Amino acid sequence: MGFFLETMFGGLMAGMLYSLVALGFVLIFKASGVFNFAQGAMVLFAALSMARFSEWIPQWLGFDNLVLTNILAFAVSVALMVMVAWLIERLALRKLVNQDGITLLMATLGISYFMDGAGQLLFGSATYKIDVGMPKEPMIVLENLFEGGLLLSKEDLYAAAAAAALVTLLSLFFQKTKTGRALRAVADDHQAAQSIGIALSRIWIIVWSMGGIVALVAGVIWGSKLGVQFSISLVALKAFPVVILGGLTSVPGAVLGGLIIGVGEKLSEIYIGPMIGGGIENWFAYVLALAFLLVRPQGLFGDKIIDRV
Amino acid sequence: MFYRENGQFKSTYRADLQIFPILQDRIAIGMLLLVAMVAVPLLASDYMFRAVFIPFLILSLAAIGLNILVGYCGQISLGTGAFMAVGAYAAFNLQTRFDGMPLIVSLIGGGLCATVAGVIFGLPSLRIRGLYLAVATLAAQFFIDWFTNRVKWVTNDSSSGSVSVGDLNFFGLALNTSVEKYLLCLMIVLVVGILAKNLVRGAIGREWMAIRDMDVAAAVIGIRPVYAKLSAFAVSSFIVGVAGALWAFVHLGAWEPAAFGIDKSFQLLFMVIIGGLGSIVGSFFGAAFIVLLPLFLNQVPHWLGLPLSTATASQLEHMIFGALIVFFLIVEPHGLARLWLTARQKLRLWPFPH
Amino acid sequence: MKLKTLALAATIVTAGLAAVVTTPSAYAQAAEQFIPLLVYRTGQFAPLGIPWADGKADYLKLVNARDGGVNGVKLTFEECETSYDAAKGVECYERLKKNGSGASGFDPQSTGITFALTDKAFNDKVSIETMGYGLSQSVDGTVFEWNFPLLGTYWTATDVMIQDILKKEKGSLKGKKIALVYHDSPYGKEPILLLQKLAAKDGFELALFPVTPPGVEQKSTWLQVRQQKPDYLLLWSAGVMTPAAIREAQASGYPREKIYSIWWAGSDHDVKDLGDAAKGYNTLSIHNNSVKDKVHDDLKKYVYDKGQGTASNASEVGGMAHTRGMMISMLQVEAIRAAQEKYGKGKSLTSEQVRWGFENLNLTAEKLKALGFGEMMRPVKTSCSNHMGTDWARVVQWDGAKWQIKSDWYQADKSNIDPLVKELADKYAKDKKIERRNCS
Repeated sequence: MGFFLETMFGGLMAGMLYSLVALGFVLIFKASGVFNFAQGAMVLFAALSMARFSEWIPQWLGFDNLVLTNILAFAVSVALMVMVAWLIERLALRKLVNQDGITLLMATLGISYFMDGAGQLLFGSATYKIDVGMPKEPMIVLENLFEGGLLLSKEDLYAAAAAAALVTLLSLFFQKTKTGRALRAVADDHQAAQSIGIALSRIWIIVWSMGGIVALVAGVIWGSKLGVQFSISLVALKAFPVVILGGLTSVPGAVLGGLIIGVGEKLSEIYIGPMIGGGIENWFAYVLALAFLLVRPQGLFGDKIIDRV
Repeated sequence: MFYRENGQFKSTYRADLQIFPILQDRIAIGMLLLVAMVAVPLLASDYMFRAVFIPFLILSLAAIGLNILVGYCGQISLGTGAFMAVGAYAAFNLQTRFDGMPLIVSLIGGGLCATVAGVIFGLPSLRIRGLYLAVATLAAQFFIDWFTNRVKWVTNDSSSGSVSVGDLNFFGLALNTSVEKYLLCLMIVLVVGILAKNLVRGAIGREWMAIRDMDVAAAVIGIRPVYAKLSAFAVSSFIVGVAGALWAFVHLGAWEPAAFGIDKSFQLLFMVIIGGLGSIVGSFFGAAFIVLLPLFLNQVPHWLGLPLSTATASQLEHMIFGALIVFFLIVEPHGLARLWLTARQKLRLWPFPH
Repeated sequence: MKLKTLALAATIVTAGLAAVVTTPSAYAQAAEQFIPLLVYRTGQFAPLGIPWADGKADYLKLVNARDGGVNGVKLTFEECETSYDAAKGVECYERLKKNGSGASGFDPQSTGITFALTDKAFNDKVSIETMGYGLSQSVDGTVFEWNFPLLGTYWTATDVMIQDILKKEKGSLKGKKIALVYHDSPYGKEPILLLQKLAAKDGFELALFPVTPPGVEQKSTWLQVRQQKPDYLLLWSAGVMTPAAIREAQASGYPREKIYSIWWAGSDHDVKDLGDAAKGYNTLSIHNNSVKDKVHDDLKKYVYDKGQGTASNASEVGGMAHTRGMMISMLQVEAIRAAQEKYGKGKSLTSEQVRWGFENLNLTAEKLKALGFGEMMRPVKTSCSNHMGTDWARVVQWDGAKWQIKSDWYQADKSNIDPLVKELADKYAKDKKIERRNCS
């Protein structure tokens, strides 16, 4: 029983981390209708920027304070991601305004190749460190209830808290602020939004910047956990089932989807995995999402797909 | 001037319905076949065969398969690498477990197993559409990745998971040199290419295109979505499976499951999009582009004499590749096939302005 | 519209240029020996590949700068990026195998690429040097004429790990549990056969935990490890999977002193950023590659001080991965030297001739000392039937800041390994219809 709870908890924590990455997808799809295959590359780029700048800033400016370094590096990375968003909007999105889904998908795939190469060219392909002071040691709780206690990772708890805070902020932003409403309007219908005077290009820059900042937060958390290297961009592949399970247009869907996928993955790997040889969590997440989709083809909270003949 | 079709009248329906109704087209295709079957084997170097022509032929075969699914039937699939893997491993099993199995039978057997896999993983398309289907097909990709890695009998109980095929022979003719392998691939590509072209020109092709354009309306006028979608998956997976078997047997020789990973799926999708969705000749263009571009980018630093480290060269290659993809999508979202069509339209009038 | 015409023109020009592409550039023939360097400086294994590649190139530069080449024959080399992908590796191989007077030998840096190239090497008659990796059964030179897994294989490493564990457990492993956390690829699966055999022989229980590449997310693996509480854990990882594994070990409270990793999972970059988290982490050194030797001083003097070093960061020199790269190049150069003894000093040699050199390596202690490898390696002798030479390994442990040698020299127990080698070599010979060579 204790181990089951541990697994559940581990799954929930992993799920929160996946939803962090999935949030980026949802944000961008909601407002610009583009499934951003480059989200993984953006996570990598942002994480590399954070890792390298936190290494270079003390060298350039000559001081050693960890908190100040991290804050400065974060600020520089935010600026970098905004610039990236601006470049993507200007050079790619603006020219591809009315194309169909698959063309935009392929364009973002091309952008992801570009960013993979650019990130590694600018920052290097070795493994780099991000140190934001996350505690690394595990904590054991409830030792009196279960033998050996339950293992909880403090780092994961902090990460989950950060993710929850981000989600709350984003939900508030979408519901309460003027820009948030503009974003929702654009997500609904591009042409109608344009006709009432919302500047599409400005909205897209905002949305892609937000996607970039979400990618940065995700990159910092994953990078702090594992070290920053090219393989972090493959975390996005783990976030796809989260996105399609939760619905491509829903922020709470991304969170709930993440939790379901995280728990499902871990439980399947630990309980079903050994029976068939192990290593199943990758595809199990997709099969789980697929099973949900067969019941609800638009995802848990996605917009219902209405076809007009 | 050269491409005028004046005076070419058809007197039978059969003549009117042929693939290349214009005489100049027939001459051009004839010359192309002559070059491909005679000039290339005589003139090209061993390296060109192994690095350019053979991958080009095999990947264009796979691209034709994927084009049928994505371009003609509109079902986005990101699991093509998996179906290539199924074809490759099935053909491997047929070839190694049964002594004296003819190569063609193994290849076709591989294709048939891929068909079964394709139909099974295509079933969700009956309920899920668009981007959701694309991500759902990734389930096929990762499942097959795991399956070929984990299940022992797939790799004929190889301890390491890597498999290889011995010497190939085509009904007794040993296929040792690159020229012979090239001719085998060429033959298969030609046969399958013509079959595919005729399929998409026929009734089933029109059904696929109707489903792609508006599947609700298609169902209303009596096209059965189940039949159309699953047949698209079946045909596409068969062709992709044969291509996978060829890729493994002829190009790689020895391979591990990672050879058919998600990168291959993306590569094929690029070929189809860049080449042109819904166009058989576009598949060839796309395959040529994707095969030649990395080699080209690799050699450019040499020609310009720039001392780039391999890492920098590799990253630049990625960046230029990505940038070119976006560039092509902006400039011609319908792919190289559309550019080719435009060129031909202009040729019809040339040198006159209108 | 103008953009479209531009695109059309660009396509036609590119197609034309590409048709001219890719005849491999011919190299000057006068007394030069070409060594292709297959590397991966990008991709999920880049952290391992970069110092490895740097080490390989650095030693060749050193030989040219310090000795003027091998008996006056200058060494030329060219790097080709594979990203650990078999198809790219094959493409690099095809392009470089005929360069110069013939490629002296390929170090694919990857078990997967080795599998792909082994079959081709038979036809192309080029040696494949796989120091410390590759097909473990290719030790048998009577079947694998062109493969040279020098200084050690995954099976010798496995046996050494079990020997060290046996020592810690005072000679008996009955009732103990040993886990293998491995990269789910041919690389990671190599030790399984031998481990199963040893488990039956020594009476320990073997638990297998595959990790899907690239191994970024390992939480479920380590939760299972925590549940099953193995007494020891063998780690067969590479690239980013290694630090991820160590961090997960820390997060799940598994003592790092109980972890033994294969040499590719034990390099400085794997543990440097983890500092104290990796304290106690054990790895194997192939021969004694964790120490610095005279060759490092020479390298500094002749290459780095002149600004010719390959590594972007000179502190990389002396790291485990860099040193392994230098050892690989050294063995390649000595094979060339040995072949020149037979086929003519000062001449360019063909690939077949260099193969003879690989098969007749005799590096005595004096020779190694003269080369500057006296502390790092023990004498190595290859033969027609033994393509591995002499295997040695030691256990080294990370103390938070550097690697400390923790054990004496180990050699693998031949009685465990030889039957397995023969069995799999026989199977390979049967499958490929290869006749065993006569080595007498």
